[in-house]
Amino acid sequence: MGRRLEGELTMAAIQVVRSEWTKIRSVASTVWTLSLAVVVTIALGMLISALSKNEFDTMNRDDQLSFDPTFISFAGMSLGQLAMIVFGVLVVSNEYSTGMIRTSLAAVPQRGTFLFSKIAVATALSLAVGLATSFVAFFLGQAMLGTHKAQIGDSGVLRAVIGGGLYMTLIVMFSMGVAAMLRSPMLSLGILMPFFFLISNILGNVDATKKIGRYLPDQAGSKIMQVVPPIDDDTPYGPWGGLGIMALWVLAALIGGYVLLKKRDA
Amino acid sequence: MIELEGLTKRYGEKVAVNNLTFTVRPGIVTGFLGPNGAGKSTTMRMMLGLDRPTAGDVRIDGKHYDQLKDPFTYIGALLDAKAMHGGRSAFNHLLCLAQSNGIPKKRVHEVLDTVGLTAVAKKKAKGFSLGMGQRLGIAGALLGDPRILMFDEPVNGLDPEGIHWIRNLMKSLAAQGRTVFVSSHLMSEMALTADHLVVIGQGRLLADTSMADFIAQNSRSYVRIRSPHRERLLDVLHSAGITAVETGNGTLEVDGTKPEYIGELAAQYQIVLHELSPQQASLEEAFMQLTAESVEYHAHADTPLEQPQWGDGWKGN
Repeated sequence: MGRRLEGELTMAAIQVVRSEWTKIRSVASTVWTLSLAVVVTIALGMLISALSKNEFDTMNRDDQLSFDPTFISFAGMSLGQLAMIVFGVLVVSNEYSTGMIRTSLAAVPQRGTFLFSKIAVATALSLAVGLATSFVAFFLGQAMLGTHKAQIGDSGVLRAVIGGGLYMTLIVMFSMGVAAMLRSPMLSLGILMPFFFLISNILGNVDATKKIGRYLPDQAGSKIMQVVPPIDDDTPYGPWGGLGIMALWVLAALIGGYVLLKKRDA
Repeated sequence: MIELEGLTKRYGEKVAVNNLTFTVRPGIVTGFLGPNGAGKSTTMRMMLGLDRPTAGDVRIDGKHYDQLKDPFTYIGALLDAKAMHGGRSAFNHLLCLAQSNGIPKKRVHEVLDTVGLTAVAKKKAKGFSLGMGQRLGIAGALLGDPRILMFDEPVNGLDPEGIHWIRNLMKSLAAQGRTVFVSSHLMSEMALTADHLVVIGQGRLLADTSMADFIAQNSRSYVRIRSPHRERLLDVLHSAGITAVETGNGTLEVDGTKPEYIGELAAQYQIVLHELSPQQASLEEAFMQLTAESVEYHAHADTPLEQPQWGDGWKGN
């Protein structure tokens, strides 16, 4: 009996995952947000890599010592992640802004299955796109850096490149959690975009707020893409520790989204 | 079969649905009637497990909605024609719904054909007219070939051809032995489609009756009379034990008497009649009367007159 029930639940989840895949591939916003993320991340990374190469000789000694060619090739992610945020937000909030949510929940009344199937599909897609982007951004960025480039076999580099893909994926997951809580696309984007583009950067770089700022999801998570730490770096966590902190934020956002979806009227 | 028991929904202080108990039976079209804001849509959303009842229970074939495995194969619903992503094609909209309930892809083609949207299946739903959107919503309801169908205000905003199509569809679905539950705020619409009526007002059940009984009970039949010798006619009717009511502009109305008898009476006393016609109050009137009474009743019951009313402060100034 228990096994049969389990089998049925798995069947149901597979059906819902297939359904969510159809949903995600059949709207234009998926294609344009993800392509924008890829193009912006790679192109901006190449541009900044090329500029850094030209400026290397004029840098002071400390900057030259802590020069991190891997991290520089990911510079485009600061802007590219905004497109990933839009993707994550739209995947969830589209349901609400279009009224589709009522049809969707009538089709799948198990709200947990509904939400987590949607998140699983969007996460898998982001991971594929994120990893591909990260590798391409790395290799093209290094090509721009010329003699200052890092090799994929260098210590910590492969971890940073795979980490870049994971970072983009976690950003999407966090956005989906926030959108599940807030429902409105405008509200979600209105909070997430300035937060990740401005507020988090300011909090993470101003001395007075640095100690708190570095626990914010993107500040902590981007540590994974660093190979050469800055001079007198006192960050209390390592690359995986930082990604772990980001994962906790993601978990909190997803739990929040699930709890609210579970108890709210659709 | 849909069974409601003591179904109640409160939003803060406001009671949207108040202790509804009724059963929707298979094989007939059950009309769910009430003025705008009576709680029809809220009730339907609770039936589909979208809104959680404050109290009470709804069962679909004996089960709660979220206990149904592949719910679309039990019950199909059209709640809101716009409850879909406009950027998705009609085909993909139906495909994602079908997949979530383990319904084969070929069924998507079938329902598109049934509602006549095959030609625009690849088109995005946002380009659809209201009628096409309604048809797409109905295609979604039919996907799982369910035994129970529910339509919330399906004819709203449709052209006569669309209305005709939906009426026939509902009747044929019921004739196949399915349970058909359809809401409307128009009595005239219900009179044409429904076999059974559930009427609510202010969230309360006002009537749960067959259409035929509702008509018999609520449509007052009377005789309208006009005569140049009104005073004499009144005397004659009075002495014959018939009560006539003067309704202004010289007409009289008589309840519960056949026009033939009044005609013979007038002839006997040589009274000229200009009109002698049997009349029937419209169902729309009966419905409005029924719901108006409920509104009045609640206004007195829920808000005692002593309570300060909004705008009271102005009177003193």
